[in-house]
Amino acid sequence: MDKLTAEDIFYTMALGRRFEYAAKEHYMTGEISGFLHLDIGQEALSVAAMKAFDHGDVFTTYREHIMAIARGIEPKAVMAELFGKKTGVSEGRGGSMHLFDPSHFFYGGDAIVGGHLPNAVGCAYARKFQKSEHGVLAVFGDGATNGGAFFESLNIASAWKLPILFLCENNRYAIGTEITRVAPFLEQAKKAEPYMPTKEVDGNDAPAVYEAVKEAQDYIQKGHGPIFIEAFTYRWEGHSMSDPGTYRSQEEMEIWKRKDPIERMKKLLKERYIMSDAQIEALEKKADAAVEEAVQFAAQSPEPEVDELFDYVFAEEVRHG
Amino acid sequence: MAEMLYREALNRAIDECMAADENVVMLGEDVGLYGGSYRVSEGLVSKYGEARLIDTPIAELSIVGNAIGMAIGGLRPIAEIMTANFSLLAFDQIINHMSKYRYMSAGKLTLPMVVRFPQGVSKQLAAQHSESYEQMLSAVPGMHVFAAGDPNYAYHALKAAIMMDDPVLFIEHELLYNKKGEVDFDTPVDPFKARIVKEGENITIVSYLKMVDDVMAAVPQIEERLGKSCEVIDLQSLNPMDTETIKNSVEKTGRLVVVEEDHYTGGYGAQVISRVVEKFFYTLDAAPLRIAGKDVPIPYNRKLELASIPTPDSITEAIVAWGKNNGL
Ligand SMILES: Cc1ncc(C[n+]2csc(CCOP(=O)(O)OP(=O)(O)O)c2C)c(N)n1
Repeated sequence: MDKLTAEDIFYTMALGRRFEYAAKEHYMTGEISGFLHLDIGQEALSVAAMKAFDHGDVFTTYREHIMAIARGIEPKAVMAELFGKKTGVSEGRGGSMHLFDPSHFFYGGDAIVGGHLPNAVGCAYARKFQKSEHGVLAVFGDGATNGGAFFESLNIASAWKLPILFLCENNRYAIGTEITRVAPFLEQAKKAEPYMPTKEVDGNDAPAVYEAVKEAQDYIQKGHGPIFIEAFTYRWEGHSMSDPGTYRSQEEMEIWKRKDPIERMKKLLKERYIMSDAQIEALEKKADAAVEEAVQFAAQSPEPEVDELFDYVFAEEVRHG
Repeated sequence: MAEMLYREALNRAIDECMAADENVVMLGEDVGLYGGSYRVSEGLVSKYGEARLIDTPIAELSIVGNAIGMAIGGLRPIAEIMTANFSLLAFDQIINHMSKYRYMSAGKLTLPMVVRFPQGVSKQLAAQHSESYEQMLSAVPGMHVFAAGDPNYAYHALKAAIMMDDPVLFIEHELLYNKKGEVDFDTPVDPFKARIVKEGENITIVSYLKMVDDVMAAVPQIEERLGKSCEVIDLQSLNPMDTETIKNSVEKTGRLVVVEEDHYTGGYGAQVISRVVEKFFYTLDAAPLRIAGKDVPIPYNRKLELASIPTPDSITEAIVAWGKNNGL
């Protein structure tokens, strides 16, 4: 990984974390509502995977603010969406869980666990059919690996040798249920072993995630068929803002906080890329400013009008009475 | 008699059934150690253990499918679907298996089971967390569909459902879990009967689930502006529908309004009106009115969200305008 990339990844991670804390703050004040799933602690995966998978389509879940930003969607447009404003990525229709932007090849924001996986497989089929350079990246949690849609997707993707990277973000918990209580092992990549090559990576190590995803992107683009990566990480916050999080011990949370992916990236910038504290601080300041601007933009933006309720139900003008 | 929250009433119903019959088990995502997403099963795992409060993986098809097998195997399972939208993954099990086994086997298989079903527009949860499916579920022969609108019915009907030998789809509304109300433990409720929430002379308003509360919030305004009185019915059992209670009321008032939260097209209220028109058309003095959600996926933005479903204000305006046009 070159220095510019490392710097960019660090900046986006720092931006992402600040963005999430700002979202949390504005949820408390009531400007953001609904389900809000924060990504704090998991920034290495969200950012490095998006930066590495630089051409292709991304299908992901409801915990996607940072991925959307790392894909190039403006933080302003993401924050405005959380505020339910007309200037938001989905013009206030989708909210936190539903960010979509085809101009960035970014599709969701899907909130049906595992439900987006067959869709990602279909898109991979389209890319193969079109003889496109693009492959597909499908991101999902460990909780999504126990449903039928997951197994069906592995099977079809491998039978048809589709260009798709299955990226499992294993943070151990599906809301309050630890993965090993509902699956026979911790490593969900094991389920993909009969179908495709699999790889495990430390999800708190941004360069490792970056390299693994880059290699995988290369692999699927060469037409070898699907591949599976599992990244191990941990979410610091509750599942969503309504989760009291009482199912995890303080010790366990402390252990993971000591593995902070951002501090780790910072250390790397200093040691390997010989950046000074002042240079790093400048990046953090820039992130602060971007988040502040996003919040101001969101707060000052207009809401959609009630007479726009039916906009976007259909592409064609059809009368439904 | 005790005042309690809707979710506490549900919890107590399950608790009593589990205490009475060791074959009663509950399964679903986060129902055990976590205590349930809406805290309905809170505290039960410490009383009855993990073998009876079963945490499942995120696999709705299996949650309902496993419950069917448990029922065949001699247990009385209560399956919890976290939010109605996710139940779509289990519709094959609900519609092709749960509702048909008894009939297809000429009564050799019976499924004493309940699927608990939280649904409805809560607060800004957007299109994939806001759906109502009573219209689809009530269209399936072979299972009962109950819709709990208050703690008293929630308690009695859930107990009845758990003890019943037929499969029951038990619909709860996500905004009702913290609703407080009196529960009269000693006076059993017939789960199949509608409840007259308020008596009146001139307009029959039929509703169910959370819309009953919105109707009740609208009624004083409506009565004042029209100078007429409203009778409000909470249907409670959607399949079978208690047509008798509706008939008695419409015979008195001559006017019928149905208020529902699901989408207008194909909505359950159409079924209510169709029965009244078909079976006792001549009791009506005016064309019935249907107030339903709009035919749009539920948007996130609060203003748009409220515009997509009936609210006390929109119910008031619609009924007052309809009343004035129909000689009230
Ligand atoms: C089909 C379906 N079932 C249940 C839910 C409720 N739900 C939302 S997120 C979640 C946990 C998912 O955990 P995981 O896939 O590990 O992702 P994480 O939240 O940890 O990022 C559950 C059960 C849902 N959204 N969709």
